[in-house]
Amino acid sequence: MTYKLILENMRYHPLRSLLSVLLIAIPVTLILTLVGLSRGMLDESKNRTTAIGADIMVRPPGSSIITFSGAPMPQGLVKKLRQEPHVVAATGVITQPVGGGISNVFGVDLNEFNNMSGGFNFIEGGPFKQPNDILIDDVYAQQEKKHVGDTVNVLNHNWRVSGIYRSGKLARMVLPIAIVQDLTGNTGRVSLIYLKVDHPDNIKPVIASLQKQPHLEGYPIYSVPEYLSLVSVDNVPALKSFIHVVIAIGVVIGFAVVCLSMYMAVLQRTREIGILKALGASRVYILELIVAEAFAMGFFGTLVGILFSFGARWIILTVFPASLQQAIVPDWWPIAGLIALFAALLGALYPGFRAARQDPIEALAYE
Amino acid sequence: MSEAPLIEIRDLRKIYRVGRVDVEALRGVDLDVARGEFVAIVGPSGSGKSTLFHIVGGLTPATSGTVRIGGQDVGAMSDAGRTRLRKTTVSFVFQKFNLLPNLTAGDNIELARFLAGKDHAADPHFQDVLKLLGIGDRLRHKPSELSGGEQQRVAIARAVVNHPAILLADEPTGNLDSANSRTVLELLRDLNQRLGQTILMITHNPEAATYGHRIVNMHDGRIVATPPPT
Repeated sequence: MTYKLILENMRYHPLRSLLSVLLIAIPVTLILTLVGLSRGMLDESKNRTTAIGADIMVRPPGSSIITFSGAPMPQGLVKKLRQEPHVVAATGVITQPVGGGISNVFGVDLNEFNNMSGGFNFIEGGPFKQPNDILIDDVYAQQEKKHVGDTVNVLNHNWRVSGIYRSGKLARMVLPIAIVQDLTGNTGRVSLIYLKVDHPDNIKPVIASLQKQPHLEGYPIYSVPEYLSLVSVDNVPALKSFIHVVIAIGVVIGFAVVCLSMYMAVLQRTREIGILKALGASRVYILELIVAEAFAMGFFGTLVGILFSFGARWIILTVFPASLQQAIVPDWWPIAGLIALFAALLGALYPGFRAARQDPIEALAYE
Repeated sequence: MSEAPLIEIRDLRKIYRVGRVDVEALRGVDLDVARGEFVAIVGPSGSGKSTLFHIVGGLTPATSGTVRIGGQDVGAMSDAGRTRLRKTTVSFVFQKFNLLPNLTAGDNIELARFLAGKDHAADPHFQDVLKLLGIGDRLRHKPSELSGGEQQRVAIARAVVNHPAILLADEPTGNLDSANSRTVLELLRDLNQRLGQTILMITHNPEAATYGHRIVNMHDGRIVATPPPT
């Protein structure tokens, strides 16, 4: 009977209930979209790194797991590392953030890179032919509606698209390494060095051997699988804090929405609360009723929020396929649901206590 | 030895504070109601009838005096005790029906059973009551789909579904036309005669008051022997 009472109450004021559910859904969507974006972009980055075909990564001293800022490693190191035992290929790349830091343009030595990864799978055009040529992947080409021969403005320069390759390898945009080095004032320097070894069993021995070399002291050297395991939300500077801030905002919005909605509901139902009391409903039961209705709104708000996160993903994939990737994160659905329910509980307490304390005679006289 | 009254009211007083003014709603009411009695309480507005009902029904405490129902002192009850009283012993029928608008007639009745903790217990006897009230085929309708007379009959069904010792009817015909008023009053009389339901009914209507076994006149918070001049 309690469930019926709650559902009928919600149905009796459909607009209020719908608005409350939608407003609770917004923070749920926000949380799921943010977490989904974080995970989607990190997964995309992992996939592109995996497709390079390297076994070992050498990173600049003091660099963080995620960010590649500047190009502090001498390019000569690539040649030295290539001569190490069991190393069959080595290539250095330089990265430069573009598009507000959302993605990077990579400068590569195409011969070295092809040797390691098997090269790009071109859909249109082919490798660099002229100094101002750029390679872009199909996702970026589709988003920006570019074809071979079109112009792309990156790093404040106009580049001619010489080739469009299938996405999923290294980056969305690739330029010749020497040109990026010169443009960014990093002539002769690289951001990252990838190594390929002759056999997977030799990855660990090669890393151990490199770590012992005095000129590589302080250089983080990872196997690619080890590096990929470190790429997570926890290791992205400030991302975790940002997610916490969004969760806190979600709780505040949910609390405010439910408090306002249930307060309105209690006012609208003053007479009905009086009737319930006259029928013998206890204060605790009235409080339970208000809290349970808020929980129902929190529950439906979570369901709608989850649906909206699919909608947000569709919009992001349609509008910004090259810049943003959003994953669907089912493991966060219960977390987002608990956040919504917690906010609903907080929001229902004051209206609930107010309803429970209501004088039945005044309530019955309410018009 | 005669049976003790079901309701014993002694020197009952109630003072409301309205702003800075004390309003004496009841000024020493004494009343006994026997089990199975149908008492009509008549008096002008402000005479204290509704206040008397609210105290007997445990909706508000008295300022002084005692109300005993079945020997239990209502004034000594805690809030939980008065809630229990409304669940099991006393029920109300109101002038404005006071059905929950979002529930069907059947669910309104079921709610009273649920609140009394009887929602799962079958009650074949209640089918007779529904038949008596003539609303068996209206139970799936919401109050807005029922006439005033039907709504009041549903409210009566809700009031008697848990077999309360006392039914307090506050102007039960106040919102009804004369035909529906008669129907409701006859139903109340039937419930009293056939089931032995004790009923206290407030009314302004002298004709309605004649349906009771006796009439209690109230004026200025007191019970008076003769009706006050209108």
